[in-house]
Amino acid sequence: MIPELTKFKGFSVKNLPKEEPLAPGHRACQGCGEVLALRMAMKALGTDVIVCNATGCMEIVTSPFPHTSWRVPWIHIAFENAAAVASGVEAALKVLKRHGRFPKNRHVDVVAVAGDGGTADIGLQALSGALERGHDFVYICLDNEAYMNTGVQRSSCTPFGAMTTTSPPGSRSIGQMTWKKNVPQIAVAHGIPYVATASPAFFLDLMNKVKKAALVKGPAYVHIYAPCPTGWGTKGEDSIKLARLAVDTKIFPLYEVIEGKYYITRKITKPKPVEEYLKAQRRFRHLTPEIIEEIQRRVDAEYERLLKLAEL
Amino acid sequence: MGKKVAKEVSIAIADAVKLARAEVIAAYPITPQTHIVEHLSELVANGELDAEYITVESEHSAISASLGAVATGARTFTSTSSQGLALMHEILFIAPALRLPVVMVVANRALSAPISIWNDHSDIMAQRDIGWIQLWAENGQEAVDLVIQAFRIAEDRNVMFPTIVNIDGFTLSHVIEPVILPEQEEVDAFLPPFRPKYKLDPRKPLTMGPVGVPEIYFEAKKAQDEAFKNSRKVILRVWKDWANRFGREYHPVETYRLEDAEIALLINGSLAETAMTAVDKMREQGKKVGLIRFRLWRPFPIQEFRKAVAGLKVLGVIDRALTPGGVGGPLGTEVRAALYNAARRPRVVNFIAGLGGRDITVEDFEEMADRAAFYMKKRPKEAYETIGVRES
Amino acid sequence: MGKDQGMMPWKEVPFGLYILEPGNSAEFKTGNWRSLRPVLDREKCVKCGTCYIMCPDMCYDQQDEEGYYLVNLFYCKGCGICAAVCPKNAIEMVIEEV
Repeated sequence: MIPELTKFKGFSVKNLPKEEPLAPGHRACQGCGEVLALRMAMKALGTDVIVCNATGCMEIVTSPFPHTSWRVPWIHIAFENAAAVASGVEAALKVLKRHGRFPKNRHVDVVAVAGDGGTADIGLQALSGALERGHDFVYICLDNEAYMNTGVQRSSCTPFGAMTTTSPPGSRSIGQMTWKKNVPQIAVAHGIPYVATASPAFFLDLMNKVKKAALVKGPAYVHIYAPCPTGWGTKGEDSIKLARLAVDTKIFPLYEVIEGKYYITRKITKPKPVEEYLKAQRRFRHLTPEIIEEIQRRVDAEYERLLKLAEL
Repeated sequence: MGKKVAKEVSIAIADAVKLARAEVIAAYPITPQTHIVEHLSELVANGELDAEYITVESEHSAISASLGAVATGARTFTSTSSQGLALMHEILFIAPALRLPVVMVVANRALSAPISIWNDHSDIMAQRDIGWIQLWAENGQEAVDLVIQAFRIAEDRNVMFPTIVNIDGFTLSHVIEPVILPEQEEVDAFLPPFRPKYKLDPRKPLTMGPVGVPEIYFEAKKAQDEAFKNSRKVILRVWKDWANRFGREYHPVETYRLEDAEIALLINGSLAETAMTAVDKMREQGKKVGLIRFRLWRPFPIQEFRKAVAGLKVLGVIDRALTPGGVGGPLGTEVRAALYNAARRPRVVNFIAGLGGRDITVEDFEEMADRAAFYMKKRPKEAYETIGVRES
Repeated sequence: MGKDQGMMPWKEVPFGLYILEPGNSAEFKTGNWRSLRPVLDREKCVKCGTCYIMCPDMCYDQQDEEGYYLVNLFYCKGCGICAAVCPKNAIEMVIEEV
């Protein structure tokens, strides 16, 4: 077990950090689940951080000049390179400390933040490189399952069947024709010390995982489910309800992989049918009962596979 | 004073980076840049250079990691060539806008296709508008000097722009030349540690790289351009200081036997050495021929350039890159534009030569000078002429 | 529009377009996006703080002397998450009167 993690007692409702490293006044849509997840993550991380943000919704809504929602040092370079920029920041801190040019005992968590497009698609190479090289940093993927900032185009994290502006259902299409890319498992394959999935519906779990990701030495990857009312065709008020449903239907299972060992952090013994989750969103409205059944089978199988991994 | 040693120029460049005490190096291997970064990894591996070497997975990440490092306040170096530089393209524009003064050596090489590892200038000429300070070295000594100077220029608080030192791939990077490596104390006296006014530091948070809404984008770019043009003052000051300390002079526009010349050839990079031999030969024949090369390519030294060519009748501009379907090579097009409104200007003839490792011989230079002389009386019909390509 | 909205002559553009006032978006009102407003029923409220942690706009950052979370209408975009997640159904979204 990693000593830094065993010492960590975890957050509780009573001792939530008061600090808001992310300030209000940001331009996120009403009911944005992504900015909420980011807020929770930043609360867990605190202010001794340097954030490297990929291009995307969070970058746009938090930094329209002359306003910034960041109370911590923050840099945005481009879309596909948050992990590479973070690598440079981390290396610089290391050498500056050695050279007495930065306080040796001041720990700074280097954090890369990107959406699913910036992580699973255009940024996958930079992410893989940074994970493989072993930089001490936290990579947070805020997954709202499409390119929302550019107008809801499909990404490799868009779920099967979902309607987006580039995966429209039609006479020859059911919408997204591919199954969601499993980025957490790709991260696991790098043999890094910490990988987790999280959901803003379970905020303590999310905050604890982000904090643990920061505490471990070496690369850590946290994949966070981020409801998007605008892109999914849902009501803003339902963002948390959906985030909870995604977990309770086993569509988005919550787990941790610590030094290669899987732990299911919220075991679903009485799963809700995926239909309940799908029906609540306009992006799935066109799905036939047959397709929904196919999704159910796939979700069940994936979950079984995860349970087996946890038994290893 | 350092003593003269024979070294492969790539190795000497790596030694110069060490003398400059680079703190972070992020690089991805590409021929012909490899010897520079291999030697740097060696220096880091055996503790001679206390730096972090990031073995990135692409040039895109090399430049991205470099920007992260320099934004955090570490002196940062990278190096690439050709396709690697092209892969960096997107990020290259961001570095000067964010005022992140990384130093990069580009071992100039042809761009694909067909794939070629050999030297020309098509890689760097495709990057004219990125907003970096761009310098050219002709020989090993210049490469060493320019790399050390580049850190001082780039990191000056009145500059804070990334800087490229161009060296010709193979024809310069892989040759063994006599070079004087300055002593560490001399470099330390010349080059203070990097202390940027702003950096990523939790003790003083700031936001770097916000969204440029239409209300500010244009003003931001104007401010960047004006600051960039202003960097020439510092560049000139640094070169003066270098000359005082090391006795080697650097000028934005370098000239050779130009005083009474009627014809001059213009070429950047290491082949200017061959051109000098040709100039000497032609001078012996009584031809009034001189030579010009840009030391400083960005910001473009328009005053110095106009002054240098004012007395010429014809200027033969040799491009080592093609602008397909254009009105000349990149150098030729730009030079013509720079002279268009000048009070006194020579006729400009544009040659494309030496693509993809094709040698440009003394005879080729003589031919180009003769072609240029031919155009004293007659306007050239074509936008450019190709030299050294097989016609039959 | 003035400087606070980023309108300035080029000579006054900050170095590198950096923003040197951390978190200054807190000056930016997002409350005028709202068409619904959360109203708390203090009878039902148990001061659990779910509204506080579940607000994407950090609206519930203040508590009064009795411990009730106060909504900051300067930021509240009226999304209604607080009402939806309240375990005691103590928050009702009412139409914002203009």
